[in-house]
Amino acid sequence: MRVRGGGSKPALSLRSCQDNAETLDLSGLKGVIDYQPDEYTFTARAGTRVADMAALLAEEGQYLPFDPPLAERGATLGGTVAAGLSGAGRYRYGGIRDFLIGIRFVDGRGQEIRGGGTVVKNAAGFDFPKLFVGSLGRLGILTELTFKVFPQPAAFATVAAEFDGLSDLLGALNAVTRSAIDLHAVDFAPAKEGWTLWVRIGGLPTVLQERAQALQSVVSTGVGRTSRLSLYREQEEGNLWKTARSMRWLTEGAGLVRIPLTPQRIPAVEEALSGANATTRRYSVGGNLLWLGWPDVSAPEEGEREAPQDLHCLLLDLDLQGIQLIGRARRGIAQGKGDYGEGEESPLLGRQLQNAFLRRIAAALDPEGRFEPW
Amino acid sequence: MNVHPLIEALSRIYETDRLLTRPAQLMAYESDALTAFQQRPAAVVIPQDRAEVIETVRLCHEHNVPFVARGSGTSLSGGSLPIAEGIVIALNRLDRILRLDAEERIAVVEPGVINLKVSEAAKPYGLYYAPDPSSQSICTIGGNVAFNSGGAHCLKYGMTSNHVLGMTVALPDGEVVELGGESLEGVGPDLPGFFVGSEGLFGVALEITLRLLPIPQTYRTVLAAYDTLHAAGDAVTAVVASGLLPGAIEIMDALAIKAAEVGAKAGYPTAPALLIVELEGEESAVEAEFAQLMQLIEETAPVEVRMAQTADERARIWKGRKAAFSAVGRLAPDYIVQDGVVPRSRLGDALAEIDRLSAGYGIEVANVFHAGDGNLHPLILFDGREEGALERAEELAGEILELCVELGGSITGEHGVGMEKRAFLPKMYGPLEMQAMEDVRRSVDSRSLSNRGKMLPVGEAESLTHAGPHPLEKAGVIFRE
Ligand SMILES: Cc1cc2nc3c(=O)[nH]c(=O)nc-3n(C[C@H](O)[C@H](O)[C@H](O)COP(=O)(O)OP(=O)(O)OC[C@H]3O[C@@H](n4cnc5c(N)ncnc54)[C@H](O)[C@@H]3O)c2cc1C
Repeated sequence: MRVRGGGSKPALSLRSCQDNAETLDLSGLKGVIDYQPDEYTFTARAGTRVADMAALLAEEGQYLPFDPPLAERGATLGGTVAAGLSGAGRYRYGGIRDFLIGIRFVDGRGQEIRGGGTVVKNAAGFDFPKLFVGSLGRLGILTELTFKVFPQPAAFATVAAEFDGLSDLLGALNAVTRSAIDLHAVDFAPAKEGWTLWVRIGGLPTVLQERAQALQSVVSTGVGRTSRLSLYREQEEGNLWKTARSMRWLTEGAGLVRIPLTPQRIPAVEEALSGANATTRRYSVGGNLLWLGWPDVSAPEEGEREAPQDLHCLLLDLDLQGIQLIGRARRGIAQGKGDYGEGEESPLLGRQLQNAFLRRIAAALDPEGRFEPW
Repeated sequence: MNVHPLIEALSRIYETDRLLTRPAQLMAYESDALTAFQQRPAAVVIPQDRAEVIETVRLCHEHNVPFVARGSGTSLSGGSLPIAEGIVIALNRLDRILRLDAEERIAVVEPGVINLKVSEAAKPYGLYYAPDPSSQSICTIGGNVAFNSGGAHCLKYGMTSNHVLGMTVALPDGEVVELGGESLEGVGPDLPGFFVGSEGLFGVALEITLRLLPIPQTYRTVLAAYDTLHAAGDAVTAVVASGLLPGAIEIMDALAIKAAEVGAKAGYPTAPALLIVELEGEESAVEAEFAQLMQLIEETAPVEVRMAQTADERARIWKGRKAAFSAVGRLAPDYIVQDGVVPRSRLGDALAEIDRLSAGYGIEVANVFHAGDGNLHPLILFDGREEGALERAEELAGEILELCVELGGSITGEHGVGMEKRAFLPKMYGPLEMQAMEDVRRSVDSRSLSNRGKMLPVGEAESLTHAGPHPLEKAGVIFRE
């Protein structure tokens, strides 16, 4: 059985089934069950659209601080949890794993099970909500979710800086992320020439200008030659991050692959990518995440390797893991010892994800193998 | 169960001073900080590196003997209580900080590293490890991981779980797995997140990768006294509704204030309720937010307000709060620390009901709590020398837990289920949930060897004996929270 929410991550939900799997469409299982602004919590059905929820929260001045991605493309809460996706805002207070506090899911035997709770602090029993973040519909079908939310800062400001090269940028990155400035988001990407770094702060509007100036000086002291610094406020600022959230920077027709990493790995990744077929890309969460645009070659020429297959090898060489969200998910190479045959599809690229702990958990929740195997 | 072949096998790994089997040696390990429970293990081993831990776990599995990992033994729920005829794996010598990478803002540590040591090591780089249980000067990261421990400053940045990026674990049969990594993000199910808080049932954490944060530039703390607990609770609601996000929001009631006075000479105003709110962050932002906070507090009609402007003044405000629990020991010969959670908006109802229960039982209850996240810590006072007093105190504690469940909360916010609350987990979760937990446990640990008898309910409950607070607590080295 395979689950589909809003269809914003087709590589996960719309893959052609080589098996005889049924697709269960959960986009109708939507609606808010309970929203308690005073408690900083809400419970909603899994098919609820992130954008709808965000609008409701905004009415109370609250938000999901991890900037759930692809909301503009119709992402649902359940799909975002199952895919384990956090956006740029994850830098400040933590990711989706830190804000999901309760779930209901249907296990492989068709039983609906509750995990976690509806209060912001709870240490009782196994933490099923965490387990289901990134579970890709392979451990159970999420039906209901409870999130913790936070008050949204009254205003944001973003400092953008352009650098000639990656090493200058990484120097500045190190300086800002180790400073005592409370950063909401730290993203960067290659520009036409050089690199651009965006650093976002938020809080009371009265002191934002002063804080932005402090931030600008940290950004520029971290590096020998800073080029242009600019400060964004208000709507223009909001649009910068909307672009990030909705992946509007992605080239039309390109696939989207998400790759967790650390800043220290970036030079090696960039070197590997320089010889590869990458289109566009954006580093997020202070260099802990790479969103990679990758050409979606659906019908390769004779002898030409399919793009994701290339990327799979590239990530294996770098000892990284990736997950394809948009575009054709075709790995084409057996992972481990024949887990997937030649030419089979999988959105999971690079280093193997399976381990004994996961295998044992999956065996308990899905003893008969109703869901896709890991 | 015949443990002799196992002990024989262990003696080939451990020298005699690291394999304890004589009753006099074992005595120190019979309890954790919930001293009402005592159990003598068959042996205690003191490994020095991870290879020894893995081999010990593997041997326990081979010989079908249960084991419990132990850090500093400060669990308040009986989590590190030995298993009869089982092995205790004391991890205190695995106390190396293996790597501290300031650029990546991570620390890779062995499980026996003391919580506070991580922040001390990170300090020269302007970084710290955020979770701050009151026991942080003695409790270990391994214990924190097992219990998802929290502290007064978890409102904004979360509990242990929010700060663990990855770990190496010996599963209960000795198979070693890597969970998570060094990145803030991952692919696939959040396995480190699932391991954190599993109370030692999924095996032994051998190496843990922690996230470090930049030390906040400044703190501003306010202490406000109120005529009633209710008024203090209303102030919390006002602060929360304002959109300010304090690092800590704490409340103490009259009895707790009295204890803080007696025990720590805190110099608090005498009042029915005290509220502490602390903001942290950048100088200019905190300054502006504090002005807003003070205006809010003024509107809630406090009877007295004190502001901390300096580090010293801040320390003075926290001193009484941090010492309050242990100081309660001065008001009564014995007490139980309870740990439950209610929705923040039900705090008033919960406190009124605890008051009513307390009167009904004729047992005094002091209240200190993390008001920001609805985490109650009722302190139930009793005299263990009185026949049946402990049992009655436990009964009252149980009613408070049921109250938390009824109000839509949890039976534990940070101290774990352990031994003490096994019977209450099924009150919070239904039979399907309990079965799912049992199934996962069985699948991970087919022989139920790892910390057998904890968290998930089994057969007969252990009988209680009375033994007083943790020796270090008596000595004033650590404080309960
Ligand atoms: C005075 C006092 C104040 C306290 N204040 C707080 C507080 O503010 N907040 C809070 O949350 N708690 C608090 N506690 C409770 C306690 O300190 C925490 O639960 C702490 O995390 C336990 O650490 P420990 O090293 O003592 O672990 P132990 O008590 O030795 O063990 C606790 C559990 O962890 C398991 N364990 C230990 N190491 C490992 C490992 N490497 N792998 C797998 N499992 C392991 C054990 O089997 C056991 O189940 C307090 C306790 C005391 C006595």
